[in-house]
Amino acid sequence: MRKLMLAALALPVLALPVFGAPARAADTVKIGYIDPLSGGGASVGEVGLKTFQYLADQINAEGGILGQKVEIVPLDNKTNPQESLIQAQKAVDAGIHYITQGNGSAVAAALSDFVTKHNSRNPGKEMLYFNYAAVDPILTNEKCSYWHFRWDANSDIKMEALTNYVKGVPSVKKVYLINQDYSFGQSVRTEARKMLAAKRPDIQIVGDELHPLLKITDFAPYIAKIKASGADSVITGNWGQDIALLLKAAADAGLKVNWYTYYAGGAGGPTAIKQAGLDHQVYQITEGVANAGYQPAVDFEKAFRAKVGVTLWYPRAVNQMRMFKLAAEKAKSLDPVKVAAALEGMEFDVLNGGKGIMRKEDHQFLQPIYISSFGSRTDKEPFDEEGTGWGWKLIAKIDTAQATVPTTCKMKRP
Amino acid sequence: MLELIVISTLNGVLFGMLLFLLSSGLTVIFSMMGVLNFAHASFYMLGAFFGYQLTRWIGFWPALVLAPLLVGAIGMAVERYGLRQTHKHGHVAELLLTFGLAFAIEQVVQMIWGKLPMDYRVPALLDFPAFTIFSTNYPAYKMFMLLVSVVIFIALLIVLKRTRVGLIVQAALTHPNMVAHLGHNVGRVFMMVFGVGTALAAIAGVIAGPALVTQADMAALLGPILFVVIVVGGLGSLPGAFFASLLIGLVQTFAVSVNGSLASLFGPLDPSIGPSLLTDVWNVTIAQIAPILPYVLLVLMLIVRPMGLMGTRET
Repeated sequence: MRKLMLAALALPVLALPVFGAPARAADTVKIGYIDPLSGGGASVGEVGLKTFQYLADQINAEGGILGQKVEIVPLDNKTNPQESLIQAQKAVDAGIHYITQGNGSAVAAALSDFVTKHNSRNPGKEMLYFNYAAVDPILTNEKCSYWHFRWDANSDIKMEALTNYVKGVPSVKKVYLINQDYSFGQSVRTEARKMLAAKRPDIQIVGDELHPLLKITDFAPYIAKIKASGADSVITGNWGQDIALLLKAAADAGLKVNWYTYYAGGAGGPTAIKQAGLDHQVYQITEGVANAGYQPAVDFEKAFRAKVGVTLWYPRAVNQMRMFKLAAEKAKSLDPVKVAAALEGMEFDVLNGGKGIMRKEDHQFLQPIYISSFGSRTDKEPFDEEGTGWGWKLIAKIDTAQATVPTTCKMKRP
Repeated sequence: MLELIVISTLNGVLFGMLLFLLSSGLTVIFSMMGVLNFAHASFYMLGAFFGYQLTRWIGFWPALVLAPLLVGAIGMAVERYGLRQTHKHGHVAELLLTFGLAFAIEQVVQMIWGKLPMDYRVPALLDFPAFTIFSTNYPAYKMFMLLVSVVIFIALLIVLKRTRVGLIVQAALTHPNMVAHLGHNVGRVFMMVFGVGTALAAIAGVIAGPALVTQADMAALLGPILFVVIVVGGLGSLPGAFFASLLIGLVQTFAVSVNGSLASLFGPLDPSIGPSLLTDVWNVTIAQIAPILPYVLLVLMLIVRPMGLMGTRET
């Protein structure tokens, strides 16, 4: 009798690990999505969230990662670094080991720092930070971290690709730079100056403007300045409403220049370009153009639009999630330390065709870069944007080798 | 140079008039009721979204009339069932109510329309350049905005200073009991004033929506600068708000067009000092600080002349 009671007492204790193990295996792998879901950046953050949820659904439909379902956990950071740290801590408390973020390099720097400190203080509970859109070069140079992986081309790489294209366009003679006044915008302007001076010394920089981030309601005075400068081309890293309002003001004033942009394709941009009638005068540098005609990308875009109802802004997010799955399968584990090791140096066929590689030295993903212009379509371009009837047309593909800049990262490995 | 001055003046006036369009309702409510309506920019946003929705259904011109009426009705309901209840607890309670209301309206707008910008376009009738100066176009729509601002300014001045309605409204603020004894329904007067104030905000929203971006954060974007306008102009003074709007519009526009910095004035700093806070201050251009100049103006105004340009009492 006594033995029986002992056994009865011992049973739950013994049973715990036995039943516990499968319960954990059936768990989900959670990815904390730390981006603005309210405030000025919400319109962008919302689309990112839908994109990742779509990608998670797709992976889950194919059996998940190592049998585990992927779940995206939205965490609203209001585009604020301080708030982001609170959300990252929330992710830690919820036992989340993977976070992803993209909007704002100041936020990205704070998160990278947070994750690095967290991992050194909590061995065995590491977390990884997947950066899908914050492009300040500093994140993979001076401030590089082993736990940070970036899938978007950083702004230096984009500028390298753009200037390699501009090199062969003699009509560009007078360039005006207008950028948002924070780390990213400043790096766009300094790199543009440096690279243009090296590759096309004959180009004149006729203006160099920094304006506050997401605070300007009326760009008319800036347009007046661009006009007065006599520029034939404008280079801008503006995103969100800053690019939409800038193009709108240009249209109102009837300014006719070529726009070389990083993010004209964002919400409101295409509508503004169409209203402005800037037919194939606005260029964009991206890691993928569905209208370029690469079949897998075309199919993906079709399915994505049918389900989510918006354009795929982030082909890199597709690369990110697919590589995450591959890395976990290669490591045969969802342990962040092992996944990180597997991701390093990993080669991957990107969504839009061609080889990409996660550079080991700085965890910057290197990939082909495309330059496209927005305007009226032919039969070759099946997709339009924001119901305008206009779409992106491929202008140039810059191969990975031409879209690479060296890094100064001195990686501290665990 | 002349080109830049002429164009900056025009742009400044246009932006200033937009600010006045926005702040007129706020000033009316404050001067008549003594309530500082924190949710004013939210009513402006409601106006823009109602305008967008109604434009889709029935066209821009009916929307320009209908949307302000709807928003005005909401404003009246807020006064009747919200502000009137809190009035007896003093101004702080009223302030907090409108403060909370601003958040509530933003959330509701996000729930209904989402967070993406709306495709709210300028009506075809006004979608052409009104005139061209120094090869810069000025859209007819902006001229329309200017016209509406001026008409509202004049109409409000006449109503408040020259009619019996204005007389009663002003009397109701300082001597509510006396006005009530004379047989006027003071509660209803306040309700009408609040309704008119919010309807004005909605007119601004319907008109500014296509010119700016119509999205759920537009209230937060323009909210702070409205307070600068009415404080600089003098709390509760309509002509003050008018001239303050113009002043802020011009200051901001001209500052953007100036590239000068301390470095360009006195030459670059000795490089041996190295990068520091001083080099940042030294190299920043006036164009870069243009958007904060209105707030500098606000602080200076409060120090030097707390009643504002044309105000009659201390802030």
